[in-house]
Amino acid sequence: MKYILATDVGSTTTKARFFSKTNEGWRYVTSGEAPTTVEAPYEDVTLGVINAVREVEELTNHRILSRGGRIIRPSKGNDGVDLYCTTSSAGGGLQMLVAGVMRIMTGESANRAALGAGAIVMDIISQDDGRQPYERIRKIRYLRPDMILLAGGTDGGSTTHVVQIAETISAAEPKARLGAGYELPLVYAGNKDIRPKIEDLMGKKFALTIVDNLRPSLETENAEPTRAAIHELFMEHVMSHAPGYDKLMKWTDVDIMPTPAGEGIAMQVIAENYKTNVIGVGLGGATTNVYSVVEGKFVRSVSANLGMSYSVCNVMKETGVENILRWIPFQADANEIKKRLMNKMTRPTTIPQTLEDMLIEHATAREALRLGLKHHKTIATRLKGVALGLERTVSDVFDQTAFLEETYIKMMNIGIIAGTGGLLSHAPKRTQSMLILIDGFQPEGVTRIFQDSVFMMPHLGVLSTVHKEAASQIFDKDCLVRVGTVIAPVGEGKEGESVMTVAIEMPDGNTKEEEVSFGEIKKIPFKGNEAAKVQISPRRGFDVGAGQGRKREAIVTGGEVGIVLDGRGRPLRLPDDSESRIRRLLDWLGAMECYDPNRLSQIQSGK
Amino acid sequence: MKTSEQAYAYTPGLKIKRQTIVAKVRKLPIRGEVLVGVGDLVSHDTIVAEGSIPGDPVMVNAAFEIDVEPDALRNYVVKNVGEAVRKGDIIARTNSIFGLFKTECRSPIDGTIELVSDLSGQIVIRGSPVKIAIDAYVPGKVTSVIPSEGAIIETNAALVQGILGIGGEAHGKIRVLASSPRDVLGAENIPEDVAGHVLVGGSNINFDAIMRAVKAGVRGIVTGGIEPADVTKFLGTEIGVAITGEEETGLTLIITEGFGQMPMSQRTFDLLKSFEGHMAAINGATQIRAGVMRPEVVIPHEKTFEQISSADQLAAGMVPGTIVRIIREPYFGAIGKVHSLPVELKRIETESEVRVLEVELDDGRIVTVPRANVEIIEE
Repeated sequence: MKYILATDVGSTTTKARFFSKTNEGWRYVTSGEAPTTVEAPYEDVTLGVINAVREVEELTNHRILSRGGRIIRPSKGNDGVDLYCTTSSAGGGLQMLVAGVMRIMTGESANRAALGAGAIVMDIISQDDGRQPYERIRKIRYLRPDMILLAGGTDGGSTTHVVQIAETISAAEPKARLGAGYELPLVYAGNKDIRPKIEDLMGKKFALTIVDNLRPSLETENAEPTRAAIHELFMEHVMSHAPGYDKLMKWTDVDIMPTPAGEGIAMQVIAENYKTNVIGVGLGGATTNVYSVVEGKFVRSVSANLGMSYSVCNVMKETGVENILRWIPFQADANEIKKRLMNKMTRPTTIPQTLEDMLIEHATAREALRLGLKHHKTIATRLKGVALGLERTVSDVFDQTAFLEETYIKMMNIGIIAGTGGLLSHAPKRTQSMLILIDGFQPEGVTRIFQDSVFMMPHLGVLSTVHKEAASQIFDKDCLVRVGTVIAPVGEGKEGESVMTVAIEMPDGNTKEEEVSFGEIKKIPFKGNEAAKVQISPRRGFDVGAGQGRKREAIVTGGEVGIVLDGRGRPLRLPDDSESRIRRLLDWLGAMECYDPNRLSQIQSGK
Repeated sequence: MKTSEQAYAYTPGLKIKRQTIVAKVRKLPIRGEVLVGVGDLVSHDTIVAEGSIPGDPVMVNAAFEIDVEPDALRNYVVKNVGEAVRKGDIIARTNSIFGLFKTECRSPIDGTIELVSDLSGQIVIRGSPVKIAIDAYVPGKVTSVIPSEGAIIETNAALVQGILGIGGEAHGKIRVLASSPRDVLGAENIPEDVAGHVLVGGSNINFDAIMRAVKAGVRGIVTGGIEPADVTKFLGTEIGVAITGEEETGLTLIITEGFGQMPMSQRTFDLLKSFEGHMAAINGATQIRAGVMRPEVVIPHEKTFEQISSADQLAAGMVPGTIVRIIREPYFGAIGKVHSLPVELKRIETESEVRVLEVELDDGRIVTVPRANVEIIEE
């Protein structure tokens, strides 16, 4: 095997990545991209794949397509590839409706399982969702999902409520999004005692699959059978009905995988290889997927309407234009920002050509990340409904807040933040994407920042299911960019006051000592293959992970950017008055060497 | 400089066509009866197909209401599955000793009993079916019938696609109010005798003008641009994702270029001007994600013009000489023709290295723009 082709058929763009086996093992060669052709007038995704692959051919002089537009296999000399695989999120990805008995218990377990399988969850129906039965029915009829997941009830527990939810779904007779003659897939993962009843009720109306209970007891969540069933049905029912996928499915050597599932595999690989807690993000055109692997537990959330192209106006709507404006380092008019973002939404495949335009997109990205992580934390929670070492009383059952657990994600415990998606991967400088990730997620303590080099995490995720060796070699050498490490104490102070002293024992034996003031950010160049011992001494009121004012020692690794000492405080607050805010932003962008300073000052003076 | 003869990775553009065959697929959302046959001539309001969707179901917690266990409910129902019921009819009842005290459960709607559940104790009553019908939308000829679903109507027409619309299908005579594509329309520019028309503006129309048009009974407005604040005022909410068409705003608004003050492209303006007084079918429905749908102005006519077929244009891709519109700053809205397609990546102001093309603008300047920032104009 010598050549591999992998594509991701995204909602905006189809991205082809070409890999080859060299003397140093498997390496990434080049990329080709073209607009996705899921829509009219093309309505055939393979055309976008062909166009993207033609770009690869043009850049490499390696022929991949036959005259008839088929992928040549196996390779022979400078022709063809030996393996082709793809991920896909075109046509809106996998859109699911989930249902459970109680929203904070089975409803949430079902939500997590669907998200973990790479779906976009359109709504969560539950007995306690605050809606009247007729409102639920209306909503179910209005939504046209690709698939339904019904959970509810523990094995051996009460059956009445889950039957009621099943009867509601059955009565609503929801129709599938793709095609009238298509039987809507429904996965039942609830109380096993009523399986015959579910078969009676749903068997004739849906393509029914019954799997093990997702929540066999309050204390356990068993998501794997549900996830596997969703993947299988995705291929069997959903993909085969999307335009051109029947053809694409025949081209690939391995099942088409939803893009977020591919990304999720990549994030899990990082956590496994580096043995630390990871937060990952796929900042896409239509959605923002946030992944966390904390103490080995993998959770994915998708903010279906937070993205940087199709959904960019929804980021603005959710956060408010003022929150975007606060990250823009020049005097900007709110109406002008709205206009530009609305034009981006209507022409989602365009890229910024001016620095001004790019600064607006980068400001919006910070808010998309912030909102995406906020959403993720509502899903990354302990199993609700489990009394932690306490007997539940009758009053607890009626007081749902007694079950509510906070998220277990604490930024201080996160070792790595990893980013992927068009905007991050295509940012012209790594300092830009690093600062976007830092500002959006506000890491605390000592955190490494990784980034996808040219957006190939989904490609490598699917490749790893069929050729692990190639995937891991490419992942390590060409995909995973070690951007740097950020050291950020938690606390607030006054501008100019000392926040911490950091003593870095350099590999050459010298020690470099850096004093960081409140409101300041410093970048220390330090290569990715180098590790240094650092001693961080926070001032009173500041914490880097060992407690307020307590020293912490750590081994830090550099990267393309190096070590960033972030003394801006947590939570990070920006000045209210625009003049000091802009001055502060320009200081930070200058210290990080993010953008061309001459062009930045031209923008300041309105040129 | 090495250049490509042809580029495949480009954004499909919006159509501005003097003459094309517009084929409209008119389908019911569910199966029903098709009322037209192949070869039939239809007008825009001819009903093509009709059917009925099952009525909304209503769930009654009957076991709870008559105070029996769910598995005993069947013993107390007085209307069985499949039976019709009227609002207020008793559907389940218990009798106490000697029949003196009765507990009853009544139907809240007219409908049919669909389910009596002995597990949940619910009775599902299906409401009366709701009739739905679909019209032809454009006048033309039925060229194909989709059994039980609808038909395809074809018409010879001019077609202009916009970038974003608000509101659904509407019909009206074209009336051009702007004297140039750069004109801005205010309330004072909307005459009184515009009821039933589709108005054509220039680079912008303000909120007051739109409201005056709504009041005057205008069916639709086509404009080059509009300020975001005016869209929000008109819609009553900010646009989050570009999925529109269901709004009930009094008229259909079609934006051809983008947000802000955006002169309508001269080609679009001239085309609409040349069809002033013609009946148009317009639709603001827009869906940029998952099956792109752009708003449209369809003007049926019987003329013929010489032009390149759209299939040929799509197959040819982008080549030197292709007419393109630049769709991003700093040349947003400019129209020109492809001068060359360099193969090498080029560093732009943002310091990104991207694939570019050179465009010769109408004023003779040659500018370099990322390939992603142009769209082909299909004429």
